[in-house]
Amino acid sequence: MHNVKTMATKSLKARHKALSDTSNQLEILESGMFEDGELPYFRDKIANIGHFPLRPKKLEILQINVGYMCNQVCEHCHVDAGPDRKEIMTRETMELCLDVIRNTGAHTLDLTGGAPEMNPNFRWFVEEAAKVGIKDFIVRSNLTIIRANKKYHDLPEFFKKHNVHVVSSMPHYTRGKTDKQRGEGVFDKSINALQALNKVGYGIKDSPLRLDLVYNPSGAFLPADQQAMERDFKKALMEDFGITFHNLFAITNLPISRFLDYLIASENYEDYMYALVEAFNPAAVENVMCTNTISVSWDGWLYDCDFNQMLDLKVASRVKHIRDYNEDVLADRNIIISQHCYGCTAGAGSSCQGSVA
Amino acid sequence: MANTYYDPADLRKFGDITEWSEELGTKFFEYYGKVFEEGALSAREKSLIALAVSHVVKCPYCIDAYTKDGLQRGITKEEMMEAVHAAAAIESGASLVHGVQMMNKYNKLSM
Repeated sequence: MHNVKTMATKSLKARHKALSDTSNQLEILESGMFEDGELPYFRDKIANIGHFPLRPKKLEILQINVGYMCNQVCEHCHVDAGPDRKEIMTRETMELCLDVIRNTGAHTLDLTGGAPEMNPNFRWFVEEAAKVGIKDFIVRSNLTIIRANKKYHDLPEFFKKHNVHVVSSMPHYTRGKTDKQRGEGVFDKSINALQALNKVGYGIKDSPLRLDLVYNPSGAFLPADQQAMERDFKKALMEDFGITFHNLFAITNLPISRFLDYLIASENYEDYMYALVEAFNPAAVENVMCTNTISVSWDGWLYDCDFNQMLDLKVASRVKHIRDYNEDVLADRNIIISQHCYGCTAGAGSSCQGSVA
Repeated sequence: MANTYYDPADLRKFGDITEWSEELGTKFFEYYGKVFEEGALSAREKSLIALAVSHVVKCPYCIDAYTKDGLQRGITKEEMMEAVHAAAAIESGASLVHGVQMMNKYNKLSM
């Protein structure tokens, strides 16, 4: 009974899979058990607790996706990122983003991808953005990129120089689970990269150089309690590799893109949706991240969150593009929802910053 | 659909037992929930015990539920399999220790 499944090396898009068309994903999320009335629609669920339509609160986080290109092809990736993706933010769009960063009321700037470091203008953009002096400047790094090529080896020093808060994915503290989700050799490279980050001062207790890890389940199940997972990760990474880090964010996989493809192919989709709906937590709705975040795509469009970006659901506002950015106008909008949103309200809730309830 | 005694989808309906006996069902689920909270034993340890017992009582629903619960808690497959072996060892030991009874009886009946 060996699991002989091999990992894909290309994105859904490059493989011309039906799900690379976001309208097919949305159709799946709107039909099936939801259409049959077996499970409630997300809008009805939040209407019951007085949260429909979902409205933004104070903007706290500006999340910018600088491109879908990545050195990895993770099985669960909601971006459908990979080496074959050519969507890369141009310097012109970055200039528009910098104008926004200089004037935003948000206290956190969050750069993501793909592997953001693969954008040819990444370092320039970080240098310019760091000058603005935003309170918390996050770069989401997949770790292996730091070891992928010699030109990335000095990233830990570069991050340190610009006081970047590094948030890195680490699916498990054991080799087997990590490599199964992310590909052969990912675990060793990630360990190596974490050690390099520790070496320059990242993730050390009381160090201002923040290093947080992101855990997301390697399969069709929900994450357990974030604090318990953090305890296990800290113990194992310290005992086995002498690695330290600050916090662990437990993130639920949302049923979109490659993870949706995996759920359907492995016949776990129905059970997974039941599990998400069953774990619906009204307290998580209060702090769901789309209420304090604006997500910007590589080509400058604006979204309620990175997941809506990947479903091509642009903000329901007359301001839809970074060139017309206006925080007051954006604050007066209804957030677009579908059944994937159950992923952010399950259990302790889930966001790019981990649990929310 | 094949006609079988066990349907994996029935696991989701476990809570429905309360509908036909609200008081007892509610009390059972309260008790059940309390048992698996962090206590002198961690919730993680209790999850492994539950997985092991699931195999001994041969409950397919429980095996599904506690394999998933273990995955959620980051329990490794090696830990899960060791728990199953611990259960199996006790179960086989329980048979084998009756061998002493067999030996006693044999000896008693034999000249």
